[in-house]
Amino acid sequence: MNIARRSVLSGLTAVAAGWGGASLALAAAPGEKRFVVILQRGAMDGLAAIVPHGDSGYTALRGAPPDGLLDLDGFYGLHPALTGMHALYKAGSVLPIHAVAGPYRVRSHFEAQDYLESGTDHRLTSGWLNRTVAAMGADALAVGVSLPLLLRGEAAVANWAPQGMAEPAPNLYAAIAALNASDSTIGPAIAAGLKERGFIHRTPMDRPDATDRNSFPALAAAAGAMLRAPDGPRIAAMEIGGWDTHAFQATRLVGPLKQLDAGLVALKTALADKWQQTVVLVMTEFGRTARLNGTAGTDHGTAGVAFLLGGPVRGGRVQADWPGLGAGQLFEDRDLAPTTDLRAVAKGVLSAHLGLSASVLDRVFPGSGSASPMLQLVG
Amino acid sequence: MDTAPLHAMARFGLGRRPSDPLPADPSGWLLGQLRAADAPRFDTPPSTASGLAALNADRTERPEPGKGKGRALFVAESTVTLEHALTTATPFRERLVWFWTNHFTVSLRRGECASVACAFVEEAIRPHVAGPFSAMLLAVARHPAMLLYLDNAGSVGPNSAAGQAGRRGLNENLARECLELHTVGAGAGYSQADVTSLARILTGWSIEVRGLPKGFVYRSRAHEPGALMLMGRRFPEGEEGGRAALQFLAEHPAAYRFLATKMVRHFVSDTPAPADIRRIEAALRDSGGDLGVAAAALVRLESAWQPGTKLRSPRDFAIAAVRALDLPPTERPSIPAVLRVLGEPFMNAPAPNGWPDMAADWSTPESMVRRIDWANAFAQRLGSRDPVEVADLALGPMLRSATLDAMRRAGSRRDAFTLMLTSPEFQRR
Repeated sequence: MNIARRSVLSGLTAVAAGWGGASLALAAAPGEKRFVVILQRGAMDGLAAIVPHGDSGYTALRGAPPDGLLDLDGFYGLHPALTGMHALYKAGSVLPIHAVAGPYRVRSHFEAQDYLESGTDHRLTSGWLNRTVAAMGADALAVGVSLPLLLRGEAAVANWAPQGMAEPAPNLYAAIAALNASDSTIGPAIAAGLKERGFIHRTPMDRPDATDRNSFPALAAAAGAMLRAPDGPRIAAMEIGGWDTHAFQATRLVGPLKQLDAGLVALKTALADKWQQTVVLVMTEFGRTARLNGTAGTDHGTAGVAFLLGGPVRGGRVQADWPGLGAGQLFEDRDLAPTTDLRAVAKGVLSAHLGLSASVLDRVFPGSGSASPMLQLVG
Repeated sequence: MDTAPLHAMARFGLGRRPSDPLPADPSGWLLGQLRAADAPRFDTPPSTASGLAALNADRTERPEPGKGKGRALFVAESTVTLEHALTTATPFRERLVWFWTNHFTVSLRRGECASVACAFVEEAIRPHVAGPFSAMLLAVARHPAMLLYLDNAGSVGPNSAAGQAGRRGLNENLARECLELHTVGAGAGYSQADVTSLARILTGWSIEVRGLPKGFVYRSRAHEPGALMLMGRRFPEGEEGGRAALQFLAEHPAAYRFLATKMVRHFVSDTPAPADIRRIEAALRDSGGDLGVAAAALVRLESAWQPGTKLRSPRDFAIAAVRALDLPPTERPSIPAVLRVLGEPFMNAPAPNGWPDMAADWSTPESMVRRIDWANAFAQRLGSRDPVEVADLALGPMLRSATLDAMRRAGSRRDAFTLMLTSPEFQRR
């Protein structure tokens, strides 16, 4: 193990004691450019994160836009929970990409996440970020809690798992409580326990301990500190859950969005001057249905939103080939239609930011010839 | 599909590992384990001699609490003991070891016990789980761990040579718990006089820590002279009197009833049916207290094959969860740490009556939410395995369609696995 990787290990051990539900994996790579991928597992609703309030079809699908929407350009607005991102957007370092989707059209979380991480429309045994690292000639790699497929592959990986308690997302707590409701012993105990923890009436981020070390922001801050170090890693993959909002989405989405927002701010703060050499890609496996369902939630859909953030990002605008929300414009009459291939976004970043050549990009994203690297994203 | 094979693995075992074949004859699989030998587990098996040597060093060197050689032995040995549960091919035997270890609780709340706690399990409990109860009782009552934990090591007969010469006197602790918790049970009709009598009978049962050989020692100078009455029987003085008294208690009809009740409550139901208790009681009585015969009778109870009547204790739950993934050693969580988090630290029961055995005791709101949080943290280790496949292997026909639906709808593999682990059918056995 070389010094860089040892310092990564010890750094992670130091900062990650008392770990939470989010997770982090890191890789060494040559150079000063940093690249962070944040995987939103569970499918974030793009229409709630970046609200196309200027589209005349929006209200018919979703009702009035939320109070306190943070306007971006008169057409799109950021969810009110994303205050930190709004400030970064105004500073020009956030680029939301709307109506984006991977090359697959499945609505199963597991399959879609595998394809998203494989970077194809089928499951590979390695992830596109691992192939990126391998192509950069990086000798292998650091640490991970549960190493996502995204970072699995040819480049060797040391796996490290800290002890600690995770706190599930509100919708998972709710699903567990529902599954146990019929058990006369376990059901009432779980209901009472969750109530004692303030789960029933408040969302997680409203709780006093929400900013404690067991949170995505703490993890993001730890990642930023390691990425900033001269001998630290250059590639990081993080995961954040809680997006599968099949019911009461307006309430249940606030917590995860606030966690994400605070985490991105924490990452930027921890990176300090290295923010100028960092690009962050935030992505999810698919979007959600354009209409609300019968429980004030949304079901599995198709196109959604990805974000690029960082000093080199040409932000302060929304990138979209907007498909529209009107009659006949939805994909299969239910989902936001995909007009941008997520691989084109990723390839654009890998090309312009990390300097990967066209032939390397073909190896990182096999069969992605139709998705040319998107230009003008960074630099 | 028949629930019996997987139910047998949960009810009487430690939960199925994906690599465990489903037993074609579940009862036969369980009964065969009673006669099986335990696989070797330790490079250096725990022993009373090495434990007491560590204790002797600690008594001299007085390390900080939680630091000494005895503690270090316990940390190493208990880890091996618990990890064995993750891979054992004879999980029913292991469950019996746990059951009897809890029945004869020795707890690290009495710190000096750490040095010999695992030796206690290996020497006094494990060899006897399918043999006569009287042999286990005698091994327990003579074991330094129990003599330390319940203070008999320093108990001195008031009329003994040592009692006449010194300040120390009788300690009733072991005698009282031996009657109340280990043998005949609180309702058996003994009196305070019987407790005092048994305490006097057991005076001189002590331990040698400094000299050699280290271990149990009978100190005749501390032994109360004279024959003594216990529950209407007369026992002679001397070490033999103690052996005879324990034999009498082990084979007492009240003890058979008490043990039968505890066994049925642990393995079958929080509210044991009287007929079930009578069956086990009869098995004990007819076999002269053979615990293997009693365990076999448990397997043959019709009610034992009704799934889900028992809530898994935190240890059962955590071990079953880790087994469900069959993780290689480097990827396993630290089981002692998990048990601390879930509220059942190994050999650390609050009192001599051991860890509780009923759903009501383990299903407090906080402990249930802790299980969920732990399960969710642990579920990260699922990696790229298919959670539905894992659930099918672990629960088979016991997996409810509601759970399966929720797993399929879950936002990630990890969430799906969390749902399986926290489902009633996995939390119960």
